[in-house]
Amino acid sequence: MSDRPETIAAARAALRAGDVTAAELTAACLDAIAAAAPLNAFVHVTAEIARERAQAADALLRQGDAPAMCGVPVGIKDLFCTEGAPGQAGSRILEGFVPPYESTVTGKLRDAGAVMLGKLNMDEFAMGSSNETSVYGPAVSPWRAAGSTAPLTPGGSSGGSAAAVAAGLCPAALGTDTGGSIRQPAAFTGIVGLKPTYGRVSRWGIVAFASSLDQAGPMTRTVRDAAILLGAIAGPDPKDSTSADRPVPDFEAALSGDIRGKVIGIPREYRMDGMPDAIDALWQRGAEMLRDAGARTVDISLPHTRYALPAYYIIAPAEASSNLARYDGVRYGFRAPLAPGDGITEMYEKTRAAGFGAEVRRRVMIGTYVLSAGFYDAYYRRAQRVRTLIKRDFETAFADGVDAILTPSTPSSAFEIGALDSADPVEMYLNDIFTVTVNLAGLPGISVPAGLDGRGLPLGLQLIGRPWEEAELLDIGFALERAACFVSRPQRWW
Amino acid sequence: MAIDEATARRVAHLARIAVDEADLPALAAELSGILSFVEELEAVDVEGVEPMTAVSPMRLKRRPDAVTAGGDPAPVLANAPDAREGFFAVPKVVE
Repeated sequence: MSDRPETIAAARAALRAGDVTAAELTAACLDAIAAAAPLNAFVHVTAEIARERAQAADALLRQGDAPAMCGVPVGIKDLFCTEGAPGQAGSRILEGFVPPYESTVTGKLRDAGAVMLGKLNMDEFAMGSSNETSVYGPAVSPWRAAGSTAPLTPGGSSGGSAAAVAAGLCPAALGTDTGGSIRQPAAFTGIVGLKPTYGRVSRWGIVAFASSLDQAGPMTRTVRDAAILLGAIAGPDPKDSTSADRPVPDFEAALSGDIRGKVIGIPREYRMDGMPDAIDALWQRGAEMLRDAGARTVDISLPHTRYALPAYYIIAPAEASSNLARYDGVRYGFRAPLAPGDGITEMYEKTRAAGFGAEVRRRVMIGTYVLSAGFYDAYYRRAQRVRTLIKRDFETAFADGVDAILTPSTPSSAFEIGALDSADPVEMYLNDIFTVTVNLAGLPGISVPAGLDGRGLPLGLQLIGRPWEEAELLDIGFALERAACFVSRPQRWW
Repeated sequence: MAIDEATARRVAHLARIAVDEADLPALAAELSGILSFVEELEAVDVEGVEPMTAVSPMRLKRRPDAVTAGGDPAPVLANAPDAREGFFAVPKVVE
């Protein structure tokens, strides 16, 4: 089928009108996935589950009054536990793990009739910005720089989700975002990525990386699709005590594109030394677009911005070292072969040495160090106090009347796979410089594709909203999307 | 603060991750690099600032203290690398 609907909204309309069945749509997506092996985006295809769900969705659609996601094919990041379908968080240590339960978020999608196509590639335990730490090998961006065939990263950690949506393998995918892992890959691949307010979406059944920062969210082609998908996954969950008891508004109905009178903050600390001209120019153009749409832009200061990454690289590894303690070779996944006479300590140490990749081992050890006796106050407690200050910066800006904040999503466009192989790990961390503040402050943030750089690669702009105001944030994103009118697509080479 | 080999060995052990002696110098250097990156935080005045322990101010939810699941060892053991007679099996722990 050549005119397969490429967005959730188009699929919904075609399904409801009976122009296409969920079974046909699912079959077309499975074909597209099979033909896109070089992207290494889908790492476990769940064709059988997909066909069953598509059939059930078609039955529901025939009855009428089906939910918005009914019959819409989606890809799921490998971090989500999905009953009966393998999930290993991109790690060797969960090799062979088949969750006996369903995460709340994927359960909501299943109950709404959405069709899971399979699990998507990601950095191991969501630790990375290029999808290169994955046990499955890197996902590859469908984009290539002009005149080059060098494989580019789709970003990370939700790299498979980004590659799959950008390549049109599925209309939408779920990602997770701990320091930028939805927004950075969305920006690198020319799609929309939304990290909701912390607590908006249940974390239950999602393999934990850093529990005070992790949020699941939509990765889609359009802002409208992000609104539809967020509406389907948001809401309180008795199984996640940090999920908020707040009603879920109709995010899609809130999309008016009318942002007259809105106040958009432009934070001066996000103008970094050495920022590529294309990014700076895009940022200024974005501000102009919002002004043309009737918003007012104001310069603001978020003075603790430069401390966000260092604070993150204490808090996230500390929480990870605790969360990943459960991978010990006893209850699930991989256990290293033991030598005669090895006891339980050797079993733990060998299993974790062979089961975790280099970046995960590094972060678990940093986390262990900063939480260890004698260093806790100097590192962890200090980072938590700095986190308070970072959050306070945003609270001050919002209290002064700012409705949303506009920044670049990333400090560069996508880079080549392997480009940072020999670099200091800290260089990779710098990818998250514009996104990580949002996780630390628990705010919602969205990356909207806004242009191409000189090499023909996508660039995104980030909007940061007030807590729980995803509806307003999506509406401003909608206005930006309309003004930017990003219609470029990767040329198919795979 | 730079991490020396002895500290790297101790941290690896605390994290229960086996590291070859030969790899300790490189590990110590990597960890030191990351720590020098985060040490920028020492420049921040945090006097009188409370540590952020919850992302959004809310009262922790409560639920009845009741058994809601359990009594079903098969799915619990289904993913174990080694399970025998209804238990997880591990190398001998007690002599």
